[in-house]
Amino acid sequence: MADHAPQKVDPSIGRGFQWTAENAELAKAIVAKYPEGRQQSAAMPLLDLAQRQFGDQNGGHAWLPVPVIEYVADYLGMPYIRLYEVASFYTMYNLNPVGVHHVQLCGTTPCWLKGADEVMRACKDMGLEKGKTTEDGLFTLTEVECLGACVNAPMVQINDDFYEDLTYDTTKAVLEALKKGEQPKPGPQVDRQFAAPQGGPTTLTDMVK
Amino acid sequence: MLEDKDRIFTNLYGYQGWDIDSAMKRGDWDGTRELLARGPDAIIQEIKDSGLRGRGGAGFPTGMKWSFMPKESKDGRPSYLVINADESEPGTCKDREIIRHDPQKLVEGALIAGFAMRAKAAYIYIRGEFVREAERLNAAVAQAYAKGFLGKNACGSGYDFDVYVHRGAGAYICGEETALIESLEGKKGQPRLKPPFPAGAGLYGCPTTVNNVESIAVTPTILRRGASWFSSFGRPNNAGTKLFCISGHVNKPCTVEESMSISFRELIEKHCGGIRGGWDNLLAVIPGGSSVPALRAEQIIDAPMDFDGLRELRSGLGTAAVIVMDKSTDIVKAIARLSYFYKHESCGQCTPCREGTGWMWRMMERMVKGDAELEDIDMLQQVTTQVEGHTICALGDAAAWPIQGLIRNFRPVLEERIASAKAAKRIAAE
Repeated sequence: MADHAPQKVDPSIGRGFQWTAENAELAKAIVAKYPEGRQQSAAMPLLDLAQRQFGDQNGGHAWLPVPVIEYVADYLGMPYIRLYEVASFYTMYNLNPVGVHHVQLCGTTPCWLKGADEVMRACKDMGLEKGKTTEDGLFTLTEVECLGACVNAPMVQINDDFYEDLTYDTTKAVLEALKKGEQPKPGPQVDRQFAAPQGGPTTLTDMVK
Repeated sequence: MLEDKDRIFTNLYGYQGWDIDSAMKRGDWDGTRELLARGPDAIIQEIKDSGLRGRGGAGFPTGMKWSFMPKESKDGRPSYLVINADESEPGTCKDREIIRHDPQKLVEGALIAGFAMRAKAAYIYIRGEFVREAERLNAAVAQAYAKGFLGKNACGSGYDFDVYVHRGAGAYICGEETALIESLEGKKGQPRLKPPFPAGAGLYGCPTTVNNVESIAVTPTILRRGASWFSSFGRPNNAGTKLFCISGHVNKPCTVEESMSISFRELIEKHCGGIRGGWDNLLAVIPGGSSVPALRAEQIIDAPMDFDGLRELRSGLGTAAVIVMDKSTDIVKAIARLSYFYKHESCGQCTPCREGTGWMWRMMERMVKGDAELEDIDMLQQVTTQVEGHTICALGDAAAWPIQGLIRNFRPVLEERIASAKAAKRIAAE
């Protein structure tokens, strides 16, 4: 479950945060998507941008220290508390440090039916613990709610990518690859074309390349 | 069975390119200018005639929804189209396929729908976890701008129209239309009291219509092929083709476009390779996403998969996310996990939901173990009715219905579990 308490570690972390030149441009473009005077609409995309930038600048640990949230609030001209409200409401803003690979395991019924417990067991055997970050700072394991890939259950999201149709073994393989610094191929971990039935589609067969 | 020539989402599985040139070869953006030239009223009428009902779960007639928008702005407020791509209902993963493999259908639909309701712009609110899908959608929108299909004088129609993509950040409640609007305004996603309805005062206080991705993405094809083509599929009042996402204990889970009103048996046999372990091994089905009540095997096997057919069984088509459970499933635990989901996702605004979802989940956890009295089943049922209908939005209802369905259709399982837990306790005491 998302931790709603702000920055429980060293409060100096995040001080002096400001957009990189590239992100300053991006931020401007994001704000411009919304009508004049409605720049608060950019709160969510800018928090996301800030979290990503902070991650890039801090060895991949993408989270939102209080000074970073304050910076974004100032940037948008809104009170800090309004933005903190947003940051703590949505689960994707990490208010406390996370590992380089944030493993978000879907435990909702469709995934559970197809073996989310096995995926959880594989994570455990790899030394990951629910709600915790590994000692080496590489992995954080969070159990999350339905991620919208139910026909490819069970699945996990690791940072921006979905790993689907998992088993105990393939989950371990994915984590092991990440541990070695490799980038495993996202998507179904079985021989399958996205959401088509395994073994080939029953419809639209003329479209198969 | 629906034939391939009548399928709308021809690149559902991504065998072909998603880019705009590939999409145009598949027929997207073909004569869009002429479609727009028919005028807003004619477009709305065609959608009304097609019988399209909203694909996001509630099944409200799409054409009628559009017609609620003001025909002209009397006070200078613009109108907005907001497209709900916050796909978060457990079991549902259809919009994802549209967005990543056939995004131009959505982008073209946004222009047509936006034009029909005289909107100035469309905001597509996509769930935050769909990072790759949002990247794809952003690229698709940029490609449409580059071709001159969006922006000033979109498609040479003389109409200016913009499409923006907005990412959420992980909150099921933002699939509720007014919570989505709040979120789009940069606030916590807590639903608004209605009235005023969004068509009167929605995004930034302006007239707004919120539609599901699939509802919008099918409209260009409906206009091209005609309302009577679309309404020729499915039973009356349940027209059209529909994306079904079948997950759980079938041999081959998949997303597939089929005719509405197809029977459950045919859907599973044709596309999913049957039930795991055979038809006799089927225990229960949640036919429309986690919010609708689960049905027993014999109730659903030959039922038509459409709004009215499933309503008659006191369940619903919802998002057509079919969750199949075979006899190895602990049905109480399956529903208890959904109760946890609703407890997790309650926005906390209304007391019956904030407190009720937690209470119901804790009670369900006891039911899983049988650690309860027989009367507790009735008490649980009674509490669900105190949550249902007593909240600003439908999340309270959605949390209550799966439990009500469990009690209605699987009461003997609950009773048996309580009895055997009691027996075990007695033996332990002796």
